[in-house]
Amino acid sequence: MTSSAPAPSAPAPSGDPADSSFGPAGSDATDGGPLVVVLSGGLSHERDVSLRSGRRVAEALRSTGIEVIVHDVDADLLTFLRDTRPDVVWPLLHGASGEDGSVRDVLDMVGLPYVGTGPRASRVVWNKPISKAALLEAGLATPDYVTLPQSLFRDLGAQPVLDTIVRRLGLPLVVKPTEGGSALGVTVVARAGDLPRAMVECFAYGETALIEQAIDGVELAVSVIDGPDGPEALPAVEIVADGGYDYAARYVAGETEFFAPARLTAEQATLVSDAAIRAHQVLHLRHLSRTDMILDRSGTAHILEVNVAPGMTEMSLLPQAVAASGHDLAALYRTIIDMALAPVR
Amino acid sequence: MNELPETPGNRLDPWFGSYAARAHGMRASEIRALFAVANRPEVVSLAGGMPYLEGLPLDVIAETMQRLIATKGTTALQYGSGQGEEVLREHITQVVALEGVSAHPDDVVVTTGSQSALDLVTRIFVDPGDVVIAEAPSYVGALGVFRSYQADVVQVPLDADGLVPAELDATLTRLAAEGRRVKFLYTVPNFQNPAGVSLSAERRPQVLEICRRHGVLVVEDNPYGLLGFDGEPMPALRSYDTDGVLYLGSFSKTFAPGYRVGFVIAPHAVRDKLVLASESAVLSPSNASQLAVATYLDTCDWKAQIKDYRELYRERRDALVGALGEHLPSASWNVPKGGFFVWVRLPDGLDARAMLPRAVTARVAYVPGTAFYYDGSGSDHMRLSFCFPTPDRIREGVRRLAGVVNGESELVQIFGTSAQLDPDADDVEGPAPDLA
Ligand SMILES: Cc1ncc(COP(=O)(O)O)c(C=O)c1O
Repeated sequence: MTSSAPAPSAPAPSGDPADSSFGPAGSDATDGGPLVVVLSGGLSHERDVSLRSGRRVAEALRSTGIEVIVHDVDADLLTFLRDTRPDVVWPLLHGASGEDGSVRDVLDMVGLPYVGTGPRASRVVWNKPISKAALLEAGLATPDYVTLPQSLFRDLGAQPVLDTIVRRLGLPLVVKPTEGGSALGVTVVARAGDLPRAMVECFAYGETALIEQAIDGVELAVSVIDGPDGPEALPAVEIVADGGYDYAARYVAGETEFFAPARLTAEQATLVSDAAIRAHQVLHLRHLSRTDMILDRSGTAHILEVNVAPGMTEMSLLPQAVAASGHDLAALYRTIIDMALAPVR
Repeated sequence: MNELPETPGNRLDPWFGSYAARAHGMRASEIRALFAVANRPEVVSLAGGMPYLEGLPLDVIAETMQRLIATKGTTALQYGSGQGEEVLREHITQVVALEGVSAHPDDVVVTTGSQSALDLVTRIFVDPGDVVIAEAPSYVGALGVFRSYQADVVQVPLDADGLVPAELDATLTRLAAEGRRVKFLYTVPNFQNPAGVSLSAERRPQVLEICRRHGVLVVEDNPYGLLGFDGEPMPALRSYDTDGVLYLGSFSKTFAPGYRVGFVIAPHAVRDKLVLASESAVLSPSNASQLAVATYLDTCDWKAQIKDYRELYRERRDALVGALGEHLPSASWNVPKGGFFVWVRLPDGLDARAMLPRAVTARVAYVPGTAFYYDGSGSDHMRLSFCFPTPDRIREGVRRLAGVVNGESELVQIFGTSAQLDPDADDVEGPAPDLA
């Protein structure tokens, strides 16, 4: 593992004093392990992925001997948490309220410790253009981009705006919704004539589109886990997907070839690890994160996006990175739980 | 990069290179993943085809099941015959008599739902590359079976009166000229899934004559025939021709799909092969299920139950069609006279597949038309099911759908194109069977 400077202390839960009725049952949990609630499901486009992540994590944690309850996010969530009084919550929600910070806000309000980044930082990361701006400010590379809402195309006319985009950013381009993951609504556009279709596909997922330069290079994902001496990067995972790393390539076994660790020189490996650790730090991420990037020929790591709730399915990148690092996945998840349980520094 | 460490790539499936060619199409798509929200109560699902079972007299059924195990447990829980239990086969002959089919219990093979009958029929008739004729659009579950046997499916248009005989004739003539081997016509003649239309009385003998002339077997799949909202059931194709027609039936829609009881009625030579094929597939269909259905037919007023179902589904159809008229006048649709489905043509330029994420955001679900075509066409249509949600929920669903269509229309107008997603025709795009 590569490690670097200690992480800035995680932002403390903000807001009102915790509602004590949600606190862990505590005293009667004498039989050892903490009670963990894994939140998975939700109503986002990525519900299916979230359910799969939740099942995997729950299974791994149970194998370490602790009690885990998997619960969906719905109208009875608060009642459920009040009745269950878990020691810690692991929100494994992908998309919408799970990643945009709102569920984390609720957990902060009721005073329950949880795994992962706090609401404010989640909100920044959830919105790709906002997090790209933060990365650029910190001196990290990310593909050049514009962010445009659907209404702008309506008001100014689509073609003139698209022409301007192509003049400014060139081709090929990647069109993606500003929010959400799993490559949903993402299109790589090689010809200007294909841009309108890509925009229509993207806007079916959300109101605002991020259009960025497509970077040619090695596609990598670097997972970062907080350690006693600050965040540490797991080995980079390299993704080789013939037809692009789209939804099917992500979740249908066999479609994509992964190299874990990635086929990088020691120097390149350090470079991408450092970039991911830097991203984790400057975005104020906590416990774990995954940074997706492209390493180009000139040796620049272009960060595509950072995830506060990286996928944890059997196909996902973080678990592959853990395996490549030689760590035991279940033990590592258990360590993460302990981190979340430890008092905030 | 000249000092690359030698690490092998990993496809996360050690058997990736081992699958049979027929498994290559067995991959779920992002469209299918989007259906994951459809079972959540917040979402109005017009997507699935689950019958509404709350109308069943569950207490009576519970009691008969209890008695069945108490009195015939050693039979019910034992292996049975590959052909199915005689007592049930006898009942089946009475059920199909309502549609003019005269069958002997010996002609009947009981299967695990009619889905399994479809599988067995395809297994004994279709070699890779053989042609199966189906309606355009056709039942997604049948297309999946044909794909898994590596059939080449040629779809023939239907209109308000069902399959178009002239088109069928022309297609069969063309295929014969091309030297293609056509094995059978797969047709859902009543309240078709997904189009909702029925083959008119006038066309029934015409379709049979065309198939006979071309030497093509007819596979008649009829799960909805008794669920007509007005008038008497239409005579089954099998009632005109016993040698040239395999009749597939099911208790899934008229009683309950959980027992997984369906059947085939076949000429004796075909029946013999079906029984052997069934034995190699499942040994015997579930005895417990068969005896449960037989007991139900014996002791409950199943005809009254079907009548109740018809009333229930008619009311839901009316709710759906009424709401479409009110909220989605820019679309067009047929008014089905039975069954579960309305087939909606979207306003020009809209793509039902590309629009599905927007529907998920709006908390309403439907099945894009592409699921019902072998070649991935059909994106200008969607299938709406009215079987499961209550009339109020149906109206709410259509209201949400109207917002989705309007939003997508505006987008298409701005960009002068639809998303025109290029579906991978092999992907599984229909919802899972347990989806409401
Ligand atoms: C036309 C058609 N055939 C067959 C089936 C499968 O039914 P069963 O439950 O009998 O397998 C269905 C179910 O939706 C159907 O619509």
